[in-house]
Amino acid sequence: MRTETEIGYNSKIEGDVIVTRVDAALNWFRKNSVWPMPMGLACCAIELMAAGASRFDISRFGSEVMRFSPRQSDCMIVAGTVTYKMAGAVKRIYDQMPEPRWVIAMGACASTGGMYRSYAVLQGVDNIVPVDIYISGCPPRPEAVLDALMKLQSKISTQPVLENLMAVKALKHQNT
Amino acid sequence: MTAIESAKKIKARFGDLISEPAEFRGETTLQLADAEKIAEVCACAKNDLGFDYLVDISSVDNYGDDPRWTVVYHLRGLRHGGELRIKTGVSEEKSELPSVIDVWKTANWHEREIFDMMGIRFSGHPDLRRILMWEGYPYFPLRKDFPLAGKPTELPGVAFTKTAPLEGGPFVTVAGGGDATGREPRVRPPKE
Repeated sequence: MRTETEIGYNSKIEGDVIVTRVDAALNWFRKNSVWPMPMGLACCAIELMAAGASRFDISRFGSEVMRFSPRQSDCMIVAGTVTYKMAGAVKRIYDQMPEPRWVIAMGACASTGGMYRSYAVLQGVDNIVPVDIYISGCPPRPEAVLDALMKLQSKISTQPVLENLMAVKALKHQNT
Repeated sequence: MTAIESAKKIKARFGDLISEPAEFRGETTLQLADAEKIAEVCACAKNDLGFDYLVDISSVDNYGDDPRWTVVYHLRGLRHGGELRIKTGVSEEKSELPSVIDVWKTANWHEREIFDMMGIRFSGHPDLRRILMWEGYPYFPLRKDFPLAGKPTELPGVAFTKTAPLEGGPFVTVAGGGDATGREPRVRPPKE
């Protein structure tokens, strides 16, 4: 077995017991089951569908289902051009997602407005939601989407979960 | 009956209001002098001459000329295959002409788009509101005096816009650079 600081496991000595940190365990659970909410707005959605189909299977990485309800999803993948008219809806959907939540901006249009520098296109979805991973490309290859998902997983594994929970609890305690 | 014959019939019916049919590369165009009569001309074209398909209504901003707006109707007869184009001029002070929604129902959305992008109103339209931009957007984007990058607006709770950054990058088209040679993206050395 690999010896990492997160999981120390020597089957000969410890048998069926794994010793790890709570943070590492929680992050391992979270990163290996990131259910995306596909905010597929334009052409990048087709490549997102390709990433979800059988050749570039996204469920290999734990994104088993594309949950179209924000209440049941972890990561919102903004795939496509965000117009000013749609921006209100995107923000509303993001607000409905429960913590922990992440956002992947897929493609040039979602990252910076792409080739549409005009009166009707929001120049990057990071003007309204905080973005964790940006994918460049027009459209990005499905492999690029999978690479972004892997980068998101390594980002998730560095989150100090327990500290945040304790801090939130302390804040609540303070306010009441 | 070809399009030219239909055009001549319309001219015979409406007399001085209609210009001589102009033909260019197989396309027939009629000019209508008084925009108020457009509904009658279109009803005649549909009911008597068989132009039962409204392909498109478009508008042109003749910035600086009078009348400022030209509204262009593209008609097509599905049975006889003839195509006809009718143009009318609308002055800027008026900015209004009758809707042809009673002739072809599809004119509903075409006229909403013209209202949204140019600001030309259509009298008799049952639901004239914006279709591409959102309700309450204060400008008309496809007018010639509206910049491509957009103007900033602020509507709390509904929407907001900012100007898009057109500057930057060596391969950016210069808006309003005269002819195509002046506009085309070329490698530009960065301005010091």
